[in-house]
Amino acid sequence: MLSLFVLLPFLAIVMLNLPLKTVTRQLALWFGIALSAGQVFVVIFQPDVFWNGTDLLGRFFTLRLQADNLSMVMLLSIGIVTFAAILVGRQTIADSRLRFNFMNLVLLSLIGMNGTVLLTDLFSLYIFIEVVAISSFILIAFQRDLNALEGAFKYIILSAVATVLMLLSVSVLLMAAGDTSFSSVAAAVKNSSSSHFVRFAIGIFICGLFIKGGLVPFHGWLPAAYSMAPAAVSVLLAGIVTKVSGIYALIRLSTSVFGPDSSLNAVLMIAGAVSIVIGALAATGQSDFKRMLAYSSISQVGYIILALGCGTKLALVGAVFHLFNHSIFKSLLFVNSAAVEQQTGTSDMDKMGGLGSRMPYTNATSLIAFLSTAGVPPLAGFWSKLIIVIALWQSGYYIYAFIAILSSIITLGYLLSMQRRVFFGILSDKLQAVREAGFGIVFPACVLAAITVGVGLSFPFIFNSFIIPIGAFLK
Amino acid sequence: MVLILNIILLVLFVVGAVWTMMTTRLLHSAVGLAFTSAVLTVLMFQLDSPLAAVFELSVCAGLVSAIFISTIMLTKRVTAEELIVQRKIRLASFWFLPIVVVAAAIVLSLIHIPVDFKLPEPPVENNVKNIMWNLRHLDLMGQIAILLTGVFGVVTLFKESKHD
Repeated sequence: MLSLFVLLPFLAIVMLNLPLKTVTRQLALWFGIALSAGQVFVVIFQPDVFWNGTDLLGRFFTLRLQADNLSMVMLLSIGIVTFAAILVGRQTIADSRLRFNFMNLVLLSLIGMNGTVLLTDLFSLYIFIEVVAISSFILIAFQRDLNALEGAFKYIILSAVATVLMLLSVSVLLMAAGDTSFSSVAAAVKNSSSSHFVRFAIGIFICGLFIKGGLVPFHGWLPAAYSMAPAAVSVLLAGIVTKVSGIYALIRLSTSVFGPDSSLNAVLMIAGAVSIVIGALAATGQSDFKRMLAYSSISQVGYIILALGCGTKLALVGAVFHLFNHSIFKSLLFVNSAAVEQQTGTSDMDKMGGLGSRMPYTNATSLIAFLSTAGVPPLAGFWSKLIIVIALWQSGYYIYAFIAILSSIITLGYLLSMQRRVFFGILSDKLQAVREAGFGIVFPACVLAAITVGVGLSFPFIFNSFIIPIGAFLK
Repeated sequence: MVLILNIILLVLFVVGAVWTMMTTRLLHSAVGLAFTSAVLTVLMFQLDSPLAAVFELSVCAGLVSAIFISTIMLTKRVTAEELIVQRKIRLASFWFLPIVVVAAAIVLSLIHIPVDFKLPEPPVENNVKNIMWNLRHLDLMGQIAILLTGVFGVVTLFKESKHD
């Protein structure tokens, strides 16, 4: 019943917008929570009735969806991050009308993201990436704050460039393949591997995905969009949106449609390494909490792309595992930034300090997230980075492995500085009245922290049964 | 007869595109874009490429939404005098663009660009109905989602700003 991942959010939107606004405004939040939690449930517990049952809704639609292990990891990440973002939205968006619009847009984004990770057609991929992008523009700007409008505008402009590149690429590949299904395009790419047209089309599609994923040198929109968006939207954007519309698409296309290809892999490795270094160095100079996390995201996504470029099965497993881990701990850091911003009224780290005594849960979960981001054992981020470094070393990419390790030390440095400036030290007089954030923020933070710790501690037990089988998506 | 029809369509296409870019009214611009896209769709059908034509319709749905939203975000009230000044500035800045586009199209049509890959066999029975209702259900769903997103964008960003 794969179609339910797309059709249920659709039905939810239809039901929420029936002319019963007083009732539906109350229900909107619970619809979102039920759908995202349900998605996590069916992916983790694999109930037979869902995966092998009769697809009654699917009988009316020919959606041609497919879920392999990579899709499963993405569906799980989407469910978890959407769940956290909805809870944060409930806590941070006071106006019920705005909250209702937020929920509708999150459900539309959910349709786009679920569709993207399940489809098997290049043009459909373009359409569903656009669903995610357009809902993201509005989500960033929906409170009509001037800074948020600026962030959304930067995103629109660069995203429009990506759209044009991808569309041009699809048109050339359609000409070459006669169809846009992944299998047809893959066959056409294989048959016309020396064609300059086809290589040009692949190149511009990859550039489009670099923009969507916020990779250096196409990262200009990302710090503004992440840092200026409302708190709940930052969680969604940083946690999963760019991962789905940029990084997942890159993994899927470079391994199964455009590749494997040695020159493409070389480009990916260079882009990944440059993103790791530039992102980490830029993060060290930031005083705004969310802006620093945004640059950190660029750096962490670089690890995924570096591993993708390495191309071995172990490296790809590491890339997908790090993608999952990053979606969890980066969401957690943005949930923490939402808590701090809501309680102090600022995201300027120079105006904070000593908040740990007033916000113990936020302090503890932030500590877990930053240690995992920096790759400190035994947390989840350590294991995924270790797999990536081992894969690079085994393939003879010693310099890239060295860059990955060195950048982890820089990451540790700037995140330690963040933790010290925000949570450690003496509480200033102005912040004496600060209290722990509400349940709507603390609860998702604790859930995300528990996942980070749980995956890290259970790694030796799940390595062979869950982590390595992720690589089965490779043909 | 077909040649005359094609020429009329190409002229309409260029006129629609120029109008979309040069008009100072948001609504006219959106209608112009939809018109241009519709003409392009017909042109693609004329070229025996129904799949590309359907794709064009899909793209139009997405682009119209995106352009609506981005334009609304940039909108501010202007007086009649400012409108006249803006129109003059726009004409002075961009009058050459349509000429460049048409000239580039003529030059490109005269140059032979070698296609260095094997073109696939044309589809056997891909009529519009088959494409829209049997082959591209997922795209239709995506288009509906894009349109819905556009509606929520207008409601969220535009309708409520009237209260400000």
